[in-house]
Amino acid sequence: MLTYIVRRLFAAVGLLLVVTLITFWIFYVLPMWAGQTPESLAAAYVGKQQNPAALHAVIDRIGFDKPLFVQYFDYVTGIVGGRTYSDGVQLIRCNAPCFGYSFKNYEQVWPTLLNRAPITLSIAIGAGVLWLVFGVLSGVISAVRKGTLADRASMGIALAGVALPVYFVGPLLEALTGQWSTVYVSFLDNPLQWASHLLIPWIALAFGYAALYTRLTRAGMLEALNEDFVRTARAKGLSERKVLYKHALRSAISPIITIFGMDLGAVLGGAVLLEVAFSLPGLGELAITSIHQGDFPVVMGVTLLAAFFIVLANIVVDVLYAVVDPRVRLS
Amino acid sequence: MTGRHSRPDQPADEYEFEHEARGERAVARRAGARHAAVETVPQPVTTRPVPIRNPVPNTMIEDYYSTGFNSSQAFLDVRDLRVYFPTEDGLVKSVDGVSFQVERGRTLGIVGESGSGKSVTSLSLLGLHKRPDKRGRGGARIAGEIWLDGEELVGASEEKIQALRGDKMAIVFQDPLSAMHPMYTVGDQIAEAYLVHNQVSKAAARTRAIEMLDRVGIPQPNARVDDYPHQFSGGMRQRAMIAMSLVCNPQLLIADEPTTALDVTVQAQILDLMRDLQREFNSALIIITHDLGVVAELADDIMVMYAGRAVEYGPAGSVFTAPEHPYTWGLLGSMPRLDRAVQERLLPIPGNPPSLINVPSGCAFHSRCTFAELTGGSCDDEVPELLDAGRRHLVRCHLGAEHRRRLFADRIAPHL
Repeated sequence: MLTYIVRRLFAAVGLLLVVTLITFWIFYVLPMWAGQTPESLAAAYVGKQQNPAALHAVIDRIGFDKPLFVQYFDYVTGIVGGRTYSDGVQLIRCNAPCFGYSFKNYEQVWPTLLNRAPITLSIAIGAGVLWLVFGVLSGVISAVRKGTLADRASMGIALAGVALPVYFVGPLLEALTGQWSTVYVSFLDNPLQWASHLLIPWIALAFGYAALYTRLTRAGMLEALNEDFVRTARAKGLSERKVLYKHALRSAISPIITIFGMDLGAVLGGAVLLEVAFSLPGLGELAITSIHQGDFPVVMGVTLLAAFFIVLANIVVDVLYAVVDPRVRLS
Repeated sequence: MTGRHSRPDQPADEYEFEHEARGERAVARRAGARHAAVETVPQPVTTRPVPIRNPVPNTMIEDYYSTGFNSSQAFLDVRDLRVYFPTEDGLVKSVDGVSFQVERGRTLGIVGESGSGKSVTSLSLLGLHKRPDKRGRGGARIAGEIWLDGEELVGASEEKIQALRGDKMAIVFQDPLSAMHPMYTVGDQIAEAYLVHNQVSKAAARTRAIEMLDRVGIPQPNARVDDYPHQFSGGMRQRAMIAMSLVCNPQLLIADEPTTALDVTVQAQILDLMRDLQREFNSALIIITHDLGVVAELADDIMVMYAGRAVEYGPAGSVFTAPEHPYTWGLLGSMPRLDRAVQERLLPIPGNPPSLINVPSGCAFHSRCTFAELTGGSCDDEVPELLDAGRRHLVRCHLGAEHRRRLFADRIAPHL
């Protein structure tokens, strides 16, 4: 099992390397193919004073004139070992992991990401717990009370949850709750305020996911309840509650855990729509503003971080799956 | 017959004698011999309550029951069991008036093709059919009486049945790969069955699980107890399944096609095991199968089912050597035998099993029966009754007993 995890981690590093290559290609190589020159790229960084000297200073500092593979090599070694930039006045040491330097905001990318990450992390954790608990719960109730009013109601709400986008549910909830503040407060400063301020964004994000999980759980439970081993559990004389929760749910829950890991990984990379809807300065919001500003180093940084979370989630899910289902356990 | 069954057709009294010769416990528990038991066996005598019939007299109980062979109540006594399933296409009459008795230490084989109601019967004994919901929709409609050791089960509460299930009565399902939970160890699943009905520690239950695995012949039970079902072979899984069913020493064991998913050598081992365990625990055993070889090995009595009804029911020796129902003839004729020339063709039963929604009028078998025209038309409009043809051998056929025996001797026996 341990060697399996180590092997997966090595594979993950390789995968992330491929991701850097592709993002680099998108942000540096594609523009060249599309007719951009080092000068036109640099122009975006110079601002209003478009004199050749300033342009060349930028080209020199960022290295737009170097061969592409050298630029890529510099980028990757920067992530591993850090690198040094110059903004024309002084040298800027960018420590590892160095994801580049934003000449738009005169900030290093990595600290920017670190500033934004707690907000996205807070959103993901709170919403994840909400959607998992409520999704599975209502799914089980739906399956057990199939065809009853409770089932119909929960399936109706789930349909709404799947159909309504977060940028509709979010403002709706805000309107309904009036003056309820959604300004981010750090967990370390005030855990109570942290939770109460994030409650509405959590609900807004969790609603859609919970709807999906309700349907998944219901389908899984209905299938499990028809399994022979559930009949065996009843034949042993177990109480109906034990039959449902120990036998049927145990078998229905493993695919849900898998999907949960993947979804959580995706949200960790930035809940773009939610963050924009609630003006929460998380990673998703950072990605959007950076795209608008043409701040490529930051966009690349966010993209890589999101890719990292998804790759990590994949590994965690695979390991978890082996824990939950002994049939996939490696000997 | 697969050749191993050699019980001669015994006269009734000899049969009874053998029945009682199975040891004092069997005698003690037999209702009919209770007084003798009190005198000879120094063990607490459980007072068997006088069976109380349903307040609404069940007029559907068929004649043969009142003239039946057991005047006192058997350990398991099923009377006129009916299991119907309402579906969108109509009412499925899976079991339509079946009665049988099984004593402790005895084995009943229920034989029939797929859809004849064998498994539905067994599941209803354990109350495993879904009950209709509060508005009376869905589920199974069950009527009749099931008396287990003096307790009526059809009308019993879910809690009461739940307490008996796995404890006093247990079932071995076919295909143990799907019948065992894939995510719990074999030991946990056996221990769980023990813990439900016994107030013991988890460690004690685990010890019991290891003991049971050892008893059913799993090698290295101490290590295998922590294996998952998928790590067992098919035969081992079936053994583990049997261990799980027997962990509380049930007095009624139902084996629903216990050997169907197994290859032939393993089948024989499992059958031997079941016979040994039955002797050890002196339990009543019901074997449900479509394999006549299996019942030939194990059964004392045989009930042949067709379209939800018993068509022939009697002592195994009698049913095998002197079968009286054309359907049983068909079953025997379609069975391959080792002691026959390979060139000889098996005799198939023509046609298909009937729909249980529109059961054929009259005798459900008449459209497939070679001899239906011999009765002059009564076969297709009059349901024959299950009548005693002598020596508690019951047959549901319009042909007269003499006529049947002649037909069997002249036209069937030479081909078997």
